[in-house]
Amino acid sequence: MKKPLVKVDVVETSSNNSKRSSRRKFIKLGGLGLAGSSFLLYACSEDDMFNPGGEMNQPMPQPEPEPGEEVFDLGSGDVGILNYAYALEQLEAAFYTQVRAGAYYAGAPDNEKEIFDDLYNHEVIHRDFFKAAITTAAGEENTLPDLEFDVSAIDFDSRDSVLQYAQVLEDTGVGAYNGAGDRIADATYLTLAGKIVSVEARHASAIRSLIDPESGYFAGDDVIDENGLDLAYDPSEVFEAAGGFIVTDFTANNLPEPMTGS
Amino acid sequence: MSIIKLLDEFTSEKLTTKSSSRREMFGTLSSFGKKAALAAIPFGLASNKMNAASMFQENSAVDALQLALTLEYLEAEFYVKALESGVLDGYARAEAAYMQISKHETAHVDFLKAGLEGAGATPVDKPTFDFTAGGAFDPFNEGGIGQETAYAQLLALAQAFEDTGVRAYKGQAANLMGTPFLEPALQIHSVEARHASEIRRIRGLDGWITTNMRGDGMPEATQAVYDGEENVTQGGVNLTTLTYANEIVGDITTAVTQAFDEPISGDTAVAIASLFIDSEG
Repeated sequence: MKKPLVKVDVVETSSNNSKRSSRRKFIKLGGLGLAGSSFLLYACSEDDMFNPGGEMNQPMPQPEPEPGEEVFDLGSGDVGILNYAYALEQLEAAFYTQVRAGAYYAGAPDNEKEIFDDLYNHEVIHRDFFKAAITTAAGEENTLPDLEFDVSAIDFDSRDSVLQYAQVLEDTGVGAYNGAGDRIADATYLTLAGKIVSVEARHASAIRSLIDPESGYFAGDDVIDENGLDLAYDPSEVFEAAGGFIVTDFTANNLPEPMTGS
Repeated sequence: MSIIKLLDEFTSEKLTTKSSSRREMFGTLSSFGKKAALAAIPFGLASNKMNAASMFQENSAVDALQLALTLEYLEAEFYVKALESGVLDGYARAEAAYMQISKHETAHVDFLKAGLEGAGATPVDKPTFDFTAGGAFDPFNEGGIGQETAYAQLLALAQAFEDTGVRAYKGQAANLMGTPFLEPALQIHSVEARHASEIRRIRGLDGWITTNMRGDGMPEATQAVYDGEENVTQGGVNLTTLTYANEIVGDITTAVTQAFDEPISGDTAVAIASLFIDSEG
């Protein structure tokens, strides 16, 4: 399980490669485009590779990165899945931190402020819990470093913008955890993921009911299928959806496959 | 700390939690004074399924699905009757929510029945439900309690059923590991959580659960649905004493308990559901 300490290469990119794929996913998820996103994602769905900076600096995929330019890989097995969840929780916590610093929040009615205070609390707790748990289980060298995000595409002064991105993030989180469950080997970690995903689903529902109250949108037909089943995403789909916000380079080349192939 | 040691702690924590919540459940049942007829429940769930030997046995997966189906029967019939009762007339938000939820719960019944049959198992029969819980409630206004009171009870019961569903599916996830039913069960689990959030918000509560509080207006009989939600230790980490990189707003115990939903055992889920099962039906 021990791996060499790797340096995380924070790369500022301004590419527009793979833009279509990212945008398509966002449109599908939340009816949102990501125009104006200043950095982009290279996601290879075959090996779940997520490596935006690498693509910029090295047009050809490089199996053996130069020493000092090595990027963090989420890892294999349950630790890989925990790091994957940790990446998403870092993004959510960063998002709600920004929401609470924005003009929409400053002028929002109390009931909406309280919701965003709670969501901020929950995601910060999830994030720092994962950091502690992964560090304990696998060592600091195998724990995803603090990621850098670029959320400049989001207008934090606009209620509509904040709610729509919150919806995308929460729905994506639900789908990510649901799709990861069958990749977890240890029952304890599966239950832990379950304890978190239902809270993410409660968030998604609350945000959706702020967007469209007095309707079925809290568990809308856009996310719940005819069997009454919620979203379930593969990691590659999640990286496509969320990757547009993530500046820090990392790879997800060794995540476990689903156990039952479902 | 090694992973093995970490897991040991998890396991003993889980066992402790389970036995205490079962005790509380039985206490609640007897104080409620109605239908502790657990023997009538058509399936027997082993009390400890957390060991690896039983985890992958097909029986525990089938038992988990049968439990899920029973809870879905309960929910599906409840929402159909609620919509037929007229109690929701004039309450547009609740009516819209019940229509959407009813659609999902009915789909879950069909989906689970098909899944069980596909696995070669015979789905359990639908029990005869008594949503008055022996006369304690009148959620459909059948006894003439009046629309306003019936409406409050209708929402309180929906909250109890949804929050129970979330906890019950979570508690069964480990029994479905390595089976094709795990992912769909997780997909149902998060739908129940979306439902729970909206029902709670319609009732004027947060969408999430704080400590083990059932919330204003919830009958004491529903306390078993919330016992155990006050847990603040996850993965061996006491989250009230963890140092956070960003400051938590307000009370840390409130925030920590909201941030994690807790599972319940199959036994506890059965005991809660049995409050609404007519044992003579």
